Amino acid sequence: MTIGPSRVIGVPRRRVDGRAKVTGQTRFADDLTLPRMLHCRLLRSTVPHARIRRLDVSRAQAHPGVHLVLTGADLPIPYGILPVSQDEHPLCVDKVRFVGDPVAAVVARDELTAIEAVDLIDVEYEPLRTIADPLDSLAHPEPRIHEYGDAGNIHKQVSLEFGDVEQALAGADRVFEDVFFYQGNTHLPIEQHASVAAKDPDGKLVIWSSTQTPHYLHRALAKALQLPAAHIRVVATPNGGGFGGKSDPFNHEVVVAKAALMLDRPVKICLTREEVFYCHRGRHPVLMKFRTGVKRDGTLTGMHLQTLLDGGAYGSYGVASTFYTGALQTVTYHVPAYRFEGCRTFTNKPPCGPKRGHGTPQSRFGQEVQLDKIAEALQIDPAEFRLRIVERPDTLTANYLRIGTIGLAECVHRVTAASGWAEKYRRLPRGRGIGLACSSYLSGAGLPIYWNDLPHSGVQLKLDRSGGVTAFCGATEIGQGSDDVLVGCVAEVLGIEPFDVRAVTGDTDLTPVDLGSYSSRVTLMMGNAAIQAAERARDLLAQAVGRKLDVPASRLVFADRRVFDAEQPGRGVTFQEAVCLAEAMSGTVGTTGSYTPPKSAAKFKGGGVGPSPTYSYTAAVVEVEVDPTTGWVVVPRVWIAHDIGRALNPTLVRGQVEGSVYMGLGEALMEEQAFRRLPARLSGALVHKFPSILEYKSPTSLDMPEVFTELIEHPDPAGPFGAKEVGQGPLLPIMPAVANAVYDAVGVRIDEVPITPDKILKALEAARDGKPGRYGPSSFPDIAWPEPLRVPPPWEGGDGRAVNETRRPKPTATGAGREPAVRS
Amino acid sequence: MNDRRSGGRARAHLTLHVNGEPIDVAFDAYKTLLEVLREDLGLPGTKHGCELGECGACAVLVDGEPVLSCLVLGVECEGRPIMTVEGLTTDGRLDPLQDAFADLGGAQCGYCTPGILMTARALLDRVPHPTREQIREALSGNLCRCTGYQQMFEAVEAAIGRVSAGDAAPGRPEAKS
Repeated sequence: MTIGPSRVIGVPRRRVDGRAKVTGQTRFADDLTLPRMLHCRLLRSTVPHARIRRLDVSRAQAHPGVHLVLTGADLPIPYGILPVSQDEHPLCVDKVRFVGDPVAAVVARDELTAIEAVDLIDVEYEPLRTIADPLDSLAHPEPRIHEYGDAGNIHKQVSLEFGDVEQALAGADRVFEDVFFYQGNTHLPIEQHASVAAKDPDGKLVIWSSTQTPHYLHRALAKALQLPAAHIRVVATPNGGGFGGKSDPFNHEVVVAKAALMLDRPVKICLTREEVFYCHRGRHPVLMKFRTGVKRDGTLTGMHLQTLLDGGAYGSYGVASTFYTGALQTVTYHVPAYRFEGCRTFTNKPPCGPKRGHGTPQSRFGQEVQLDKIAEALQIDPAEFRLRIVERPDTLTANYLRIGTIGLAECVHRVTAASGWAEKYRRLPRGRGIGLACSSYLSGAGLPIYWNDLPHSGVQLKLDRSGGVTAFCGATEIGQGSDDVLVGCVAEVLGIEPFDVRAVTGDTDLTPVDLGSYSSRVTLMMGNAAIQAAERARDLLAQAVGRKLDVPASRLVFADRRVFDAEQPGRGVTFQEAVCLAEAMSGTVGTTGSYTPPKSAAKFKGGGVGPSPTYSYTAAVVEVEVDPTTGWVVVPRVWIAHDIGRALNPTLVRGQVEGSVYMGLGEALMEEQAFRRLPARLSGALVHKFPSILEYKSPTSLDMPEVFTELIEHPDPAGPFGAKEVGQGPLLPIMPAVANAVYDAVGVRIDEVPITPDKILKALEAARDGKPGRYGPSSFPDIAWPEPLRVPPPWEGGDGRAVNETRRPKPTATGAGREPAVRS
Repeated sequence: MNDRRSGGRARAHLTLHVNGEPIDVAFDAYKTLLEVLREDLGLPGTKHGCELGECGACAVLVDGEPVLSCLVLGVECEGRPIMTVEGLTTDGRLDPLQDAFADLGGAQCGYCTPGILMTARALLDRVPHPTREQIREALSGNLCRCTGYQQMFEAVEAAIGRVSAGDAAPGRPEAKS
């Protein structure tokens, strides 16, 4: 049996949910209104670190129109996204850990009444020392922000060595040592988080929420509320932007669920913009140090990377984020020996977590800027330098990541050709410059965040005599176009139009589990599951049609809403008739498909972070204009090439690339989640510097440069129709490419982001004074690192295990396991 | 406009002209136009991202001009024509801007989209053939975190000169199927 030439896949077309979006009919969580619905507001801590000495809600309870006031005592069971960091309470129990930490909740007849009642809650705090940043955390193990973690206020330390790095550096012609700082920033989705919870008519809990991960929210609710998961329904409403910021189970979700159950009435919460800044889970601020050894010809001999992460007040995805700061250095360029040490500290600030690129943009920035410096020192063109060291396809890296196809060299060729690199690099007049950087990203995390052997994505298809097809999948539409991928894959295989397929997604009652919209996993994992389900349906139909037409099933073609004989295209039936024949032959037609990533080659502890079925690659060239008198940077043009494997819907792929460029420019030039101390006469508290969209600067339509996007399409065998990810990878090269371009323009190195005018002016001033023309951190602190796990790389006969690791028995639980496993 | 008392709050009772229809509506007088549209008139197509006039998501047309509905009180809009995203579609046909945004990737998550569409509609009504620079300028008060704006600019340009919906859409028609 064959399918015709591709009619859906690879064709630029309107996304299946396009009409809903442009007519305002997409129903976001806050658009839902239910009969008898009440409204919830949270009281949030005004101090960064304190014990709650007294909490009096009696005046709020007595306020007219108030139905319920909840405090930490009502919800004593902690939860958290990772099994190893179950450190959050829906409402603080005895202690607050950052300004914005929720302390109590009011449920009232309307929002205004709830706001009034929140103001009537009396809290008395006993202040504790504020831990303001990682250096503070290292210097002050007490008071501990949490009673768990590796030590004091250190949440997690990791230390891994693949080959003898000191020996590798000793064998280099030169060793480069550089320190970089990457400031934190936040997702800033335009949709504020919202949830509506209700007891359904059967008495079970249902919650509609702007979540990227309904499956993980489902698990967290079951735990925090002590309900059987089977009696909880989580519906992920389409997200008005996610970018990683809606991937954790949140306080407000648990709170409205509890309130709806207690009151037997629907309860809604919609966070204010200020509260969205407190939810955060955004980019970790990271201080990092690279020591890289190179031969004169540019060959890398080894690399030693150290990272120090400011984790904020809770664990969130932080253990995974820590590993990710060191996971992908080896995926772009061949690194024969690699050592990585990472340390995440707790601080009294909103918790950091996964933002687009999760943990990898920070060290990608450092690595790509350092490569630019090395290229200059060795007098090799930066593009040529990268082409010399690019990793080989179909290989295992030093840290046991299995690489499939690599389109990076082609990406470099394409952006250098398109941008006129050879004519511009080091040749533009002062004040204008051009910079190059590369990157790589996962097409889905190879392991789930909790131990299990279950599929990562499942798809069910229902076909019936109407000729209609419904595709069910737990994947979550966050704007990236996952519904379109689902429908597109099914329509392609069955030879019908996307409009003939209905997508039902992100609903734990109706749809098979998909782990969620994170780690760029949905296209690859859901897509493969959808293809499997559709092929099984196609086989059923072909059998029935073959019998009817007396044609071997293998000769049938599915195209143009028909099933016909390849040798006599006139002989065939409509798709609808084909479904009827199948229904008559073997009963109700339904099929399933699922996807489980291949087993990782890494067998060492911590090896669960980094593996992926395949990796995407990107190269970008950024042109800048820097005004040396003001330090002001304008980006007029960006050229970017992305190794997508295959573009399923090129319109959407281009949108992801350009959206990544946009977000990368925001991080490079202006966005920062920064903090300040209130004046002592107020409280001296450490507060968010500007929790508002007006002052948290993000690029507008006037700041956006022209972007020239090239898609490199060499189908990867691991991807659906050959596709790789595109949602995150293209963001990664932008920040270092900007830094490298600024250097080309005015000759100073800005070794941290955001690259703001004041930093450029300081570096220019330093250069004028005969000092190094550089702005950035000067040193990396001395940290007592644990003994590294030593894993010999594949070329030294290693088998993926650490030679000095004490093996623990492997957990055997499937699905429900809550073992404190370090996998994510 | 009448003031009444309900739960201790002043109530407004007046007629608003929304998407060509006069609607009698009573609401708490403190409410913004955004709140009245979403909560009292059953028109949730208009979105909010800050409720402080910072993001542009709530833009609607009042007297044909884009305004941030989170900064206008409902009671200020009596008797003035108000147009929301729900009013862009006529007789079941999409506005050319809507078609172009849907076909060309102008909407990703779709959350800022209603505000952008209304702002772009006002631009095309005022300047039928805007340049790229005029489009960039007009949309600069509407933040979008998904698209990087470029496909929006292209969508606005594709809609230029196409007065009524039902003309050939730039991509594949939505219900070719």
